Amino acid sequence: MDNSILIAVVSIATAGITIGIGCMCPALGEGRSVATALTSLAQQPDASATITRTLFVGLAMIESLAIYCFVVSMILIFANPFWTHAIAQSGGK
Amino acid sequence: MNLTSDQQIFWQHGFVKLNGTIVTTWAMMILMSIGAKLVTRRLATEGPISRWQGSLEIIITGIEKQISDVGLSEPKKYLSFLGTLFLFVAACSLCIVIPGYQPPTGSLSTTAALALCVFIAVPLFGIREQGLGGYLKTYTKPTFIMLPFNIISELSRTLALAVRLFGNMMSGVMIVGILLTITPFIFPIVMTALGLLTGMVQAYIFGILATVYVAAATQVRKPSQKSQH
Repeated sequence: MDNSILIAVVSIATAGITIGIGCMCPALGEGRSVATALTSLAQQPDASATITRTLFVGLAMIESLAIYCFVVSMILIFANPFWTHAIAQSGGK
Repeated sequence: MNLTSDQQIFWQHGFVKLNGTIVTTWAMMILMSIGAKLVTRRLATEGPISRWQGSLEIIITGIEKQISDVGLSEPKKYLSFLGTLFLFVAACSLCIVIPGYQPPTGSLSTTAALALCVFIAVPLFGIREQGLGGYLKTYTKPTFIMLPFNIISELSRTLALAVRLFGNMMSGVMIVGILLTITPFIFPIVMTALGLLTGMVQAYIFGILATVYVAAATQVRKPSQKSQH
């Protein structure tokens, strides 16, 4: 098994694991925060504007973690620097 | 596959490149400024107003209300900066309905530039409100030990702003591109509609986060009398 195949296998497997774990944990967090926000909305409908805005900002913060994982996995698949390096080396021979 | 519109190069001369991001950004800027100029050419304060003026007024008063809801008591001072950020990001993601259009916010260069604008503008607003000393003191609150953490959070939230917007817009384009190769007929349209929704939500979040940061930097916290007892 030469270098480029090894890099390809590791990159693809890591991309899958990254997006899997990186979706699971933020999903748990988002579910908890939405559930709490709904409870407080039911208790205090008057404060709905504040609760909704804070909820959106918080969701954006949590979701950005999932987005980081997505960006990393996309880089691993489509714009992998090590892969480009290996290809350039094998092309130079 | 093109990850961003940076790789779509129209014209190149040595070091100078004219890529898709620059072209679409300038097109959006020209479109928005000419549109605003045309709408505000005939403004009326009484009698029947034009539909365009009405919709523009709705947008502006909506943004003003959001800014004052976050806690900035004089929204007019910050409207030009925060409103521009929101409107640019929103317009960029709204134009996804045009075929062949790649949003300029789907490139890390654009979002990094927008985040850097926030990074520079927040201290400027803070210094204008509280003075240089007063602004620098907010870094040592609540205690002096928090100084390095405050500085780190200043940097990391800039990075988060840039990567969040980039990731969301890029993922929308990417998902549609991947789906086109798997189920090419109807499903990509549904995902494009979902992309419109995410684009608007991201524009709102970008604007509201910038507003929250400005509000945190400009508010002078006076010790209230009621909390004494």
